[in-house]
Amino acid sequence: MDFLDIRNIEKKFINQYALQNVSLTVPENKIYGLLGPNGAGKTTLIRIINRITGPDKGEVLFKGRRIKMEDVFRIGYLPEERGLYKKMKVGEQALYLAQLKGMTRQDAIKKLKYWFEKFEIQPWWEKKVEELSKGMQQKMQFVTTVVHEPELLIFDEPFSGFDPINANLLKNEVLELKKKGSTIIFSTHNMGSVEELCDNITLINNAQNLLEGSIDEIRNKYKSNVYEIEFNGDLSELESSLNSNYQIIKTTKVNGNHAVHVKLHHQTSDNELLSLIIPVVEVISFKEIIPSMNDIFINVVNEKNK
Amino acid sequence: MNKITLIFKREYLTRVRKKSFLVMTILGPILFAAIVIAPGWLATLEDTELKKIAVIDSSNIFKERLPETEHIKFEYLEDTEVEDLRQSFSETDYYALLQITHLVANTRNSVVLYSDKQPSFSVKSHISNAIEKEIERRKLKTAGIDQDVLKSVKTDISVQTIQWTESGEAKESSTELAMIVGYISGFLIYFFIFMFGAQVMRGVIEEKTNRIIEIIISSVRPFQLMMGKIIGIGLVGLTQFALWVVLTIALITFGKNAFFPELTTPSGNEVVAEGFMEKAPGQQADIMQSNQTKDLSGSLTENARVQEIFSALEDINVGLMVGSFIFFFLGGYLLYGSLFAAIGSAVDNEADTQQFMLPITIPLILAIIVMINAINSPEGPIAFWFSIIPLTSPIVMMVRIPFGVQAWELILSMGLLVLTFIATTWLSGKIYRTGILMYGKKVNYKELWKWIRYKT
Repeated sequence: MDFLDIRNIEKKFINQYALQNVSLTVPENKIYGLLGPNGAGKTTLIRIINRITGPDKGEVLFKGRRIKMEDVFRIGYLPEERGLYKKMKVGEQALYLAQLKGMTRQDAIKKLKYWFEKFEIQPWWEKKVEELSKGMQQKMQFVTTVVHEPELLIFDEPFSGFDPINANLLKNEVLELKKKGSTIIFSTHNMGSVEELCDNITLINNAQNLLEGSIDEIRNKYKSNVYEIEFNGDLSELESSLNSNYQIIKTTKVNGNHAVHVKLHHQTSDNELLSLIIPVVEVISFKEIIPSMNDIFINVVNEKNK
Repeated sequence: MNKITLIFKREYLTRVRKKSFLVMTILGPILFAAIVIAPGWLATLEDTELKKIAVIDSSNIFKERLPETEHIKFEYLEDTEVEDLRQSFSETDYYALLQITHLVANTRNSVVLYSDKQPSFSVKSHISNAIEKEIERRKLKTAGIDQDVLKSVKTDISVQTIQWTESGEAKESSTELAMIVGYISGFLIYFFIFMFGAQVMRGVIEEKTNRIIEIIISSVRPFQLMMGKIIGIGLVGLTQFALWVVLTIALITFGKNAFFPELTTPSGNEVVAEGFMEKAPGQQADIMQSNQTKDLSGSLTENARVQEIFSALEDINVGLMVGSFIFFFLGGYLLYGSLFAAIGSAVDNEADTQQFMLPITIPLILAIIVMINAINSPEGPIAFWFSIIPLTSPIVMMVRIPFGVQAWELILSMGLLVLTFIATTWLSGKIYRTGILMYGKKVNYKELWKWIRYKT
């Protein structure tokens, strides 16, 4: 069953759409990427899921029924712009935030101890937040997001502001949480992390979603039948061996060898291409070019904005 | 509801634990107690050391006639010139040297007081009074008016005010005290609204600039957060008030015992009784008698007056005063506190609050101006209307209550206040809800109006 079903959401600010007829489904126990350029409407969508704001039209189904206020206890949210009370003590503040998420005090203390020890910030329990380094504050924010063991986790640009070490820690924790059964929504424009982590994505641009599906599906859908051949030999001999069904679109040198990108036209296959070139050059590698999410992102957004 | 509890507990505890709260809690009562005790204490402080004043009287009419007090003694020097004493003055134990020329009755500047220090005001006025009296007496005598006739002409009237309460009993009241109590409580409410209202505003701005706001409102509704904050800070205000009341009473009691110990001793009671008899109207004999003793028992009647203030303080309907103070403080605070919260939500930093502060500041300052007017005529139309209008009623009504206010006026004023703070809280909630998530936008009134009309 789909964990989250977002149906025909519409949200208007004064005279501009923040979201226009957006529908998407987040499958259970998957990492779902919410992609899109700045100002596309990602944060508004997240706020609607979190019930911070309400949609003008449409509905959000949480495990098959309309989302309720109590459901926010089952969501952990790490906003893009995040902060803490600077003058408040670390432990006290973590307890406060956990209790706001519906945990009892005793339960919160127990769970916080576990996470604080795991992240090695236990000695800072009695310190004020302003005494913590940025990295420690980030760890603490992560802990307060996950401490109530939410079924749904929403990270808005989680890696912005994290140093590489903490970013890596976060990445591992996210994968761990998925293993434990959480469903995770990622909002980001860091495409590297999308390919690494996400199972499914949706691409939002100008208040609409342009693209939705699993990463593999989308990448296969956007591949354009281009192969890269790395070879040792004469480039002109290779060129003359190809007929009009093949088009060389790029030639480069890799490790002192030639490398060409060949686009295949209809009624040919990669095997046929191979059989044509093997007699003339020494093939070192042969692989299909699958577009990166970054390319797809840029292509789709540019196409739409034309 | 449970979340509001959590929120106001945090707001309350973080503020109550602050050092500034402790400092305010201690400084406040010291200030109040000082205001009550200092004048009386200072009055008794005068002239505790013996002052011997040398007199060179060329007119020869004052010898042994200047009245001495416990602390001011005169020594009449014969055949001495001012210049004789001038060189050796610091070696003598004289406090000052009084020179009276023989033209004293008809010329100004014929009395000179020499000293190596600045003579105190009380000494100066004592001497001038004494000389005036003596000359007056002589002049009257020359005119043929007898001393006894003069005494019987002298009158001392003090108007005693009796207030008929609704239950029909007559109660001695003190207009001056009602003024003071009214003024203090009105001003305290003004002060509290500003102080704690500004704290609400700063708290909202803090959450906004800290960017913790989004984390919190992903667990609670913005309205809950706003109400939790307003309630929490309001409780801080009440705590501060309660501590001030307790500490002030303790300090005054302590101060009363430390500075006016005679007030609590049995002999002190006699003095008090005498003091009140002196005030009783229509008893000429007493007046004359007390006039005679007045000079001698000057400091004692002073004590009686202080005692009178203390006993009149006990006369005031403390229950009504404290009850309505708490009500009007809470009402006024909730009304303005929610507006302060709305302002805080609309701006990015404190510097931007100016333009929105004006509509809040104007009614409060107006209330203070009206309050001063209301003290002089608590039943006047200005006092009446401004004590009914909710934006000014918390301050102005508090001034009127010590003078006695009709029940229906009080109920009307309170009712309107409750309705208004519900309205402003609702309105502010709408602005707050949108404002806390707005960054980097210069907000104006038109924008605020749009926020109010937003659907959730």
